[in-house]
Amino acid sequence: MFDWLEHMAQWLVYGVMGLNPEDHLAKALDFFIYDSIKILLLLFTVVFLMGVVNSYFPIDRVKNYLSRNKLYGAEYLMASLFGVVTPFCSCSSVPLFIGFVRGGIPLGVTFAFLVTSPLVNEVAIGLFVGLFGVKTTILYVFSGILLGTISGLILQKLRLEKHLTPWAKEVLDNAQRDQERFEAEKQSFKQRLPIIWQEALKILKGVLPYVIIGIAIGGLMHGYIPEGFFEKYMAKENLLAVPIATILAIPMYSNASGILPIVQVLVAKGIPLGTAIAFMMGVVGLSLPEAMLLKKVMTFKLIGIFFGVVMLCIILSGYLFNIIL
Amino acid sequence: MKHSIQILGTGCPKCQNLTKVVKDVVAEHQIDAAVEKVEDIADIMKFNVMITPALVVDGNVVLKGRVPSKDEVLAFLR
Repeated sequence: MFDWLEHMAQWLVYGVMGLNPEDHLAKALDFFIYDSIKILLLLFTVVFLMGVVNSYFPIDRVKNYLSRNKLYGAEYLMASLFGVVTPFCSCSSVPLFIGFVRGGIPLGVTFAFLVTSPLVNEVAIGLFVGLFGVKTTILYVFSGILLGTISGLILQKLRLEKHLTPWAKEVLDNAQRDQERFEAEKQSFKQRLPIIWQEALKILKGVLPYVIIGIAIGGLMHGYIPEGFFEKYMAKENLLAVPIATILAIPMYSNASGILPIVQVLVAKGIPLGTAIAFMMGVVGLSLPEAMLLKKVMTFKLIGIFFGVVMLCIILSGYLFNIIL
Repeated sequence: MKHSIQILGTGCPKCQNLTKVVKDVVAEHQIDAAVEKVEDIADIMKFNVMITPALVVDGNVVLKGRVPSKDEVLAFLR
């Protein structure tokens, strides 16, 4: 599928720049150009497609659907699925939380959404396809959805309403299920397209420097770390590897898009994929700035329980992947 | 008619961009409008939005979750 790009990179490096194809640095440059453009193209495609889906399923429609319908247990899975198609911005987590609670959506269902939305976001999926291929991406997306669903179910069972802040409790007491069906503005696809396109470009521009730097660092590491280097320290048998990887991941939230290309190299050098996935889920899904914002609606104890449960689920899925892969 | 414009947002980069775009449009076209930033989350929630930033013109939420172009903002004010 990307043969043309490979030829183009070769033509640019060896033809236009006239570098020697036997030279290590020239080869690295060739690979870097090819890899970056491929990843950015795939990233843009995924972000754009998610933008299209989101244009027809805005957050208000999601909330309306979850609030209006009785789903007999499937609501956790639905909330988690909706989390995939909704772009997440940590600064919107409080309005989102209050909006859901106000609509009478159970706390556990709201949590299911709050877990999956950042974990399986459009940028992560786009980078995953480019870096790890379609199969691993599907695996990541499925486990993300499952993880959100299960975390939501557990958190619901814990009956956490008493740990909300007074303001959030007041909203909860006055909660009302939506009665009417949400009607979106009638806009043709042609009217939506320029907006979706612009948004996708903006997202790409925002992550571009991190991704490029990540790929460059990854490329350099690729040349210097010997094959199978990590197998000694992070073998599947080492039970501490997954929890340590998850905990290490939490403070790295701010530039997840730069870290994913580096993790790809680590996997190539022998880190088990389950351990790597646990690490990446921690990087993408657990964010300290989000936790700090949530204290408007949750007590510290509740934030701790929320993060603890999600972390536990991430660690378990890391072990699971290491067993089955 | 004097417009009242409110920008809902807790201070994220997108909210600041929206504020800038709106202020630029108001200044460039000499629109008679009072621009106010609403940063308190409890006040933001009174408008029933679940995604920030949001733009409110004369009491109606006209835009949520993204930063519009200047032309779009101008259209809301005409």
